[in-house]
Amino acid sequence: MPPISRGFHRRRQPDGDPSRVPPGQYVTGDFPVLSAGPTPHTPLEEWSFTIRGAVEAPVSWSWEEFVALPSETVTTDIHCVTKWSKLDTSWKGVSVDTLLEAVESKAEYLTAWSDGGYSANLALDDVTDGRAWVAYEFGGLPLEPEHGGPARMLIPHLYFWKSAKWVRGLALTLDDEPGFWETYGYHNHGDPWLEQRYQGD
Amino acid sequence: MARAAISGRLTWQLAEVVDVLTETPRVKTIAFDVADWAGHRAGQHVDVRLTADDGYQAERSYSIASAPNGTRLDLTVVRIADGEVSPYLADELKPGDRIELRGPVGGYFVWEPPQGGPLLLVAGGSGIAPLMAMIRLRAAAGSAVDTRLLFSSHGWDDIIYRDELERLNGNGLTVVHTLTSSQPPGWTGYARLVDAEMLAEVGPSPAERPRVYVCGPTPFVEAVAEALVHLGHAPQGIRTERFGPTGG
Repeated sequence: MPPISRGFHRRRQPDGDPSRVPPGQYVTGDFPVLSAGPTPHTPLEEWSFTIRGAVEAPVSWSWEEFVALPSETVTTDIHCVTKWSKLDTSWKGVSVDTLLEAVESKAEYLTAWSDGGYSANLALDDVTDGRAWVAYEFGGLPLEPEHGGPARMLIPHLYFWKSAKWVRGLALTLDDEPGFWETYGYHNHGDPWLEQRYQGD
Repeated sequence: MARAAISGRLTWQLAEVVDVLTETPRVKTIAFDVADWAGHRAGQHVDVRLTADDGYQAERSYSIASAPNGTRLDLTVVRIADGEVSPYLADELKPGDRIELRGPVGGYFVWEPPQGGPLLLVAGGSGIAPLMAMIRLRAAAGSAVDTRLLFSSHGWDDIIYRDELERLNGNGLTVVHTLTSSQPPGWTGYARLVDAEMLAEVGPSPAERPRVYVCGPTPFVEAVAEALVHLGHAPQGIRTERFGPTGG
């Protein structure tokens, strides 16, 4: 039985449908920023997106080629491990399914890797079948650098640290290899509905 | 890069309030005793959970402001007027009250004396909390590591830990304040937002390869980190921690 904090009450009326807010989260209208280091600024002419690792042949797209790929517009809720959730966010990007069509691989895992040294590991099952995108627009505008622009992962069914900012590619792997926060005690999978915040949750 | 993982599950633990200190008109430090606390590293944070009598629960994250010290844990809380958790923590908690917390969390934004220095700590407002844990640990360990603290506050009365920082100043620690909104009469220190020129004056220079820790509100951290990179500091040497306006 947790101790009752006398005089403590819910102050915020939940915005929108409470069934859309995972346990321990609260809804915010802002878009808070969290990252472990300085924001990288890679010029678009130097930007590329590469799929490498356990693939028969790596593949790479320039920025121009990337934004010419078939894109999708996605409206979805996002959930950050630091407790905020943001409902009905709107993104445009390329489905990971579309990207993976370009390679042959037997890998079951991948690591999204980013400018600045950030990375996040994912099971292939979590990023296929229309569940993950590489997004380059937010709210109809180019994605701002502090929110991960020019492009970031968008995997809305997992805590948002898995949606690596400043993503530059996917490294396919046969074994699951922990990414940045996963080696610092955060959960390997990160399902907000199971409150998988930290290792052992 | 050495990476230490947390092992085992982080369970909710009972934390009993042992002291409440007024730091500034908007800021309190709440000292807890956590019977089974396994210790923490300077810079880590905890999750706090409050439960209302109707079963409603709210969780928030707070940096630990105290150096590792047995079962004692200090959290420094800014009262956010329309917040849900911070007004309760800052205004309602009294010695003897119990809440739940779990942690420590985070292993990147940390410093321990064997890592050495020099250190450049840049704080905006309550972003001082995790950096204060490092400064306190440094003092407790008798470390003489060259440490510069550049601390941005609105005004003189808003400086969190002001007296303690004054006491600790020296022995290799240099405390530099900038007061961005109002300055007391006769103030000769910085009176503007942190910029590249200020960071260059406070040092250490990029050539000394300092370990840099920046903590504060997002626009502050963005501006400081950008200025540091512009000055030639290696991005990999700059660790950032931010809190948004929604930390309530």
